[in-house]
Amino acid sequence: MKTDSEFCLIDETSHRVTVRFEGQELNLREGENLAAELLAMGVAPFRRTPVSGAPRNPFCMMGACFDCLVEIDGATRQACMVEVTENMEITMPSVNENSDA
Amino acid sequence: MQSDYAIIGGGVVGLSVAWGLLKRGFTVTVIDGDDGSFRASRGNFGLVWVQSKGMNQPRYASWSQQSAEAWRGFSDELTDNTGHDLGLEQKGGYDLHFSEETLEATVAKYEKLKIELGGDYPYEVLGHNALRKEEPEIGPKVVGAILHHQDGHANPLKLLKALADDVRRMGGTVLNGKHVKSVQRNGVFRIYCNDGTEIEAGKTVLSAGLGATKLGPSMGFKAPIRPQRGQVLITEKLPKILNRPSLIARQVDEGGIQIGATNEEVGLDDRVTTHGMAKLAAEAIAAFPVLEKVQLVRSWSALRILSPDGLPIYQESSEMLGAYLITCHSGITLAAAHAHLLPDWLEKTGQAPNLEVFSEDRF
Amino acid sequence: MHEADLIIIGAGPAGMAAAHTAAGTGLSVLLLDEQQRAGGQIYRDIERSSKTRGELLGKDYIAGLDLANGLNHKLISHIRGATVWQIEDARLVTFTVNGKATQATGKRLLIATGALERPMPVPGWTLPGVMTAGAAQILLKQSGIVCQRAVLVGTGPLLYLIAAQMVRAGSPPLALVETQTYNNRAFAMRHVIGALRGLRYFVKGLGLLAEIRRAGIKRYTGAADICIEGHNRAETVHFTSRGREHRIEAANILLHHGVVPNTQVTHSIGVIHYWNEQQRCFIPRRDDWGRTNLHDVFVAGDGSGIGGAKSAELSGRLAALEIACDLDAIGNGDRDLQATPLRTALSGEMAVRPFIDRAYPPFEGSLLPADSTIICRCEEVTAGDIRRHAKLGCLGPNQTKAFSRSGMGPCQGRFCGLTVTELLAQANHSTQEETGYYRIRPPLKPVSLGELATLADTETKEAAK
Repeated sequence: MKTDSEFCLIDETSHRVTVRFEGQELNLREGENLAAELLAMGVAPFRRTPVSGAPRNPFCMMGACFDCLVEIDGATRQACMVEVTENMEITMPSVNENSDA
Repeated sequence: MQSDYAIIGGGVVGLSVAWGLLKRGFTVTVIDGDDGSFRASRGNFGLVWVQSKGMNQPRYASWSQQSAEAWRGFSDELTDNTGHDLGLEQKGGYDLHFSEETLEATVAKYEKLKIELGGDYPYEVLGHNALRKEEPEIGPKVVGAILHHQDGHANPLKLLKALADDVRRMGGTVLNGKHVKSVQRNGVFRIYCNDGTEIEAGKTVLSAGLGATKLGPSMGFKAPIRPQRGQVLITEKLPKILNRPSLIARQVDEGGIQIGATNEEVGLDDRVTTHGMAKLAAEAIAAFPVLEKVQLVRSWSALRILSPDGLPIYQESSEMLGAYLITCHSGITLAAAHAHLLPDWLEKTGQAPNLEVFSEDRF
Repeated sequence: MHEADLIIIGAGPAGMAAAHTAAGTGLSVLLLDEQQRAGGQIYRDIERSSKTRGELLGKDYIAGLDLANGLNHKLISHIRGATVWQIEDARLVTFTVNGKATQATGKRLLIATGALERPMPVPGWTLPGVMTAGAAQILLKQSGIVCQRAVLVGTGPLLYLIAAQMVRAGSPPLALVETQTYNNRAFAMRHVIGALRGLRYFVKGLGLLAEIRRAGIKRYTGAADICIEGHNRAETVHFTSRGREHRIEAANILLHHGVVPNTQVTHSIGVIHYWNEQQRCFIPRRDDWGRTNLHDVFVAGDGSGIGGAKSAELSGRLAALEIACDLDAIGNGDRDLQATPLRTALSGEMAVRPFIDRAYPPFEGSLLPADSTIICRCEEVTAGDIRRHAKLGCLGPNQTKAFSRSGMGPCQGRFCGLTVTELLAQANHSTQEETGYYRIRPPLKPVSLGELATLADTETKEAAK
């Protein structure tokens, strides 16, 4: 588990379950906001843009900006609109390597 | 201000003609609408397409072929001049079929057309397995496809931008945000806009899309055109999964899958409907099941500009000599022909293409 | 297919209050909200968080609990996690719940979709480690997570509230970098007398400032030339303040310069909007009850003009009364009788706005960013691209969209729309109103093709019957 998080938890409310982000196992609080939990674990970046490959992390946390997009079980989702469940398989959305646009 | 040509309508059709005329050394003023105008040029599917066109009028098929052939040079020149890559790919395109019957019926029509064209109609029929070698994501419901080697696609928005850029670079005047009120001819043409602007020109081209229904009759044209709605979907950007374009879906140069299009007779209504979108999505998934989990990011709809037989209209006004109506619903495919060949037709040179079958006399 | 007298989109203060009032008159209410729990952004996760974090978040936050409890009414059906993505003919609403497309029809529609943070494009604002200040507050409210080594950048009362909450949580921000100037404050003082009717807000504001001062947090005002730098993530924020250059190392840079109505839904269905020069944003045109130019469509809350949580609640109740009257659940007399105290309270709530709007105007450097600044986060389009396309004849945002792709990404222009309008208005020497806004099309939020396709099946089956 990463420890370089720039966030701290002020209370521990729920029990933790295991998920994988890009293959790495993480213990996140079940039922909590996925984007928040990944941030708290120090995950960065969540994704790379399909335009330039720039790194991105959550920006608005309210479902408006789409910068927290991740792929969960094969579908692109806004991490900030998803609750943590056990065994979630999370990856960065695939980008076209050949894209020069 | 006075120009050799005034062009009413600054979409792909008007700008292509303007570009061709500027290359010949004419002075050109293009009169364009505003942000809210109906703009087929920013709502189309982006195919540079030959197959299925002109089944009942071989000249339309050969005109589309002429344009498709000229497209590479046209695109390269625009890219050299402006730096915009138009995303042109011409390595063939598919007409996908979900039943043997429709596939066979279409092939029969193509064979007839091929004879009428003197054999120049390079297509082949791919059965399901052959198609899957070309398109690994093809779904089991697709029985086969017609692969036509003269088909391709481009990025229509980049074409529009490159033309807008290059027409200015070559010294063309483009007036934006204008609504033409009336056109008069008394020796020279005088074009009056709602905001008081007046433009003088030696000749006038009316390429205003659906706007021609209003202006056309006052200039001596029948302009028998109508809107037909086409809804289009586009997905999130994906790694390359589609090799060639089809009438159902194509992968654009930025990575999104574009899915089209509906054909709806609903007048000037350019809204998107849930039902229209749902039907498009279902058909695209039937063709490429991998699309099921893919996110739809945007939809839009635009209005095709259709004549009664679906073919273009190229017509000089008999009441107002020097006024020309140019209208079609395949402005992207025909852009290269419009740029390269229409100036000769407008100037009545010896190289003028024969466009007689596209006159309004047929209606 | 769900049916209801009234469909409300958004379970923030306006939506919750409207649902309760409407149900009280006997109307059936379908309340759709994309979050799993009611509250909107201001009362985010109120039902869970008020117990554990209520003290830290403050009295005004806990006030939302009553509204959330008000949803326990037999005539209110609250669908959680419902993402609305299309509305047709002002009555047919299509939305996603758990990946399934669902539809509902209502006799009236109330749009209470709240506010978004005003986009604040500055160099480096797309780097990981940069978030909106509101995002930091959501982390705190919903998840009990506090940003460490944070700098708050921008302007407005929300910055003070968040700073104070961070102090209470034991992680005070490193600094407040504020863009408003003394001139703004002096100009705003002309409105201070009127604003004193909203005395409560001044008292609260002064209290927050005192907390910030006691915590020893450095405040810079009149900040300009803001720029965020870092390799792969934000590391430093640079700015000038009163003629001096500053540089602060930080892990989290939190931006905020006000909020603006979230107009995606209203724009998508043809509600007419006007440009509000003071708040520098588009606002849906509506009457005193919240009715728009579409007879059956109402707006309430911050989505109908920024007023804050209390105003939102009041405007939600007013809309519900008019809708109840429309549908003959109450008479005109009853409606007016109930509306009178609400209107009095609303005018008291709004009294403070002219002062706030002038004391904390949006950051000029983000309204009209420098050429190299990215303004469309999704498609990575810069302010310079928009200006160049204005020279190619683009008069409005739909033309620059076609030329630059700004507004074509998944956020659908939520974080670039206003910037593009401002840039084009300036470049073309026209007004923001003439320049206009994006044409918003469905889906309002991305939806999978598979889910969308299920509606084709449904309709075919229906047609076959």
